[in-house]
Amino acid sequence: MSETVTSEIVGQLQRWQARVEVTLKPVVLDPQGDAVLHGLHQLGFDAVSRVRVGKYLELTLAAASQNDAETLVRQMCDRLLANPVIESYTFSVEPGNPPTA
Amino acid sequence: MKFGVVVFPGTWSDKDCLHVLGPVLGQEAVPIWHQDTDLQGCDCIVLPGGFSYGDYLRAGAIARFAPVMGAIKGFADRGGLVLGICNGFQILLEAGMLPGALLRNQSLEFRCVWTHLRVENTDTPFTRLCRPGQVLRIPISHGEGNYFGDDETLDRLEATNSVLVRYCDAQGNPTPDANPNGSRRNIAGVINEGRNVAAMMPHPERCAEAILGGEDGRLIFGSMIASLAERQPAASH
Repeated sequence: MSETVTSEIVGQLQRWQARVEVTLKPVVLDPQGDAVLHGLHQLGFDAVSRVRVGKYLELTLAAASQNDAETLVRQMCDRLLANPVIESYTFSVEPGNPPTA
Repeated sequence: MKFGVVVFPGTWSDKDCLHVLGPVLGQEAVPIWHQDTDLQGCDCIVLPGGFSYGDYLRAGAIARFAPVMGAIKGFADRGGLVLGICNGFQILLEAGMLPGALLRNQSLEFRCVWTHLRVENTDTPFTRLCRPGQVLRIPISHGEGNYFGDDETLDRLEATNSVLVRYCDAQGNPTPDANPNGSRRNIAGVINEGRNVAAMMPHPERCAEAILGGEDGRLIFGSMIASLAERQPAASH
């Protein structure tokens, strides 16, 4: 198991918003994307030549720093959110809203 | 022999597997709840079909973290026989116990049809009652059974004789038309190199009685029973 950043409260934890995009690797065929492409062509959007369908996830998490938050999100992607056999991912982390009481 | 059939929330073929292994084939067969970590001394574990955890995120992605999966991994590491069927295949892939992944069917349709399968390796505990190249008739029932592996993975599967069954026509030819879901190289089932963990998308438990239109599924379960009977004297549990 990979090294895990513990989320125990040491000092001040901040709230972060992560946005994760999971997409099929280029070598993986995407029949769903092809079906969407076909639909767009039927509507007359001939300008479109390729569609790939992926997943978008929003996460709210607590971490001591942006670096810690990014490390956590990367671990989540590697272990659950993406399947490395067929998918790749990108993500961004930004300071989130303070918790509402 | 004692078979354990694992039940997750959303599993739907557990009763069929228990029926075939128990009343039809005369084995002891018990359900194993996904939160259990005790495999009850079973000689073999079956991960049946269904939609564990609603297929959320990806089919099998959540099920692989169920408490029972740690026990099954240990069981397999000690050489125990594990068969995954349909959703069970998806779970074993997500758990990394078999190579590859299963994608959405190329047609985007849920396919519930009879398929022909060519047995590619009869020197396994799951196919030993089959003749080399025998064509089985077993139904599929899935929306995500499109087997994918990169070229390296597929070449290794072939080089190690680890493709168990392939979709084919009635004569045994693995043609594009006989491929119901777009699986690469018509792969319908694979086995690990230890030869004790195997999985397939088709449902042998749905064709083990003549009244259901076919009995070829018996060859899979029968092979497992015969293998276990041979192992029994050496087993130490």
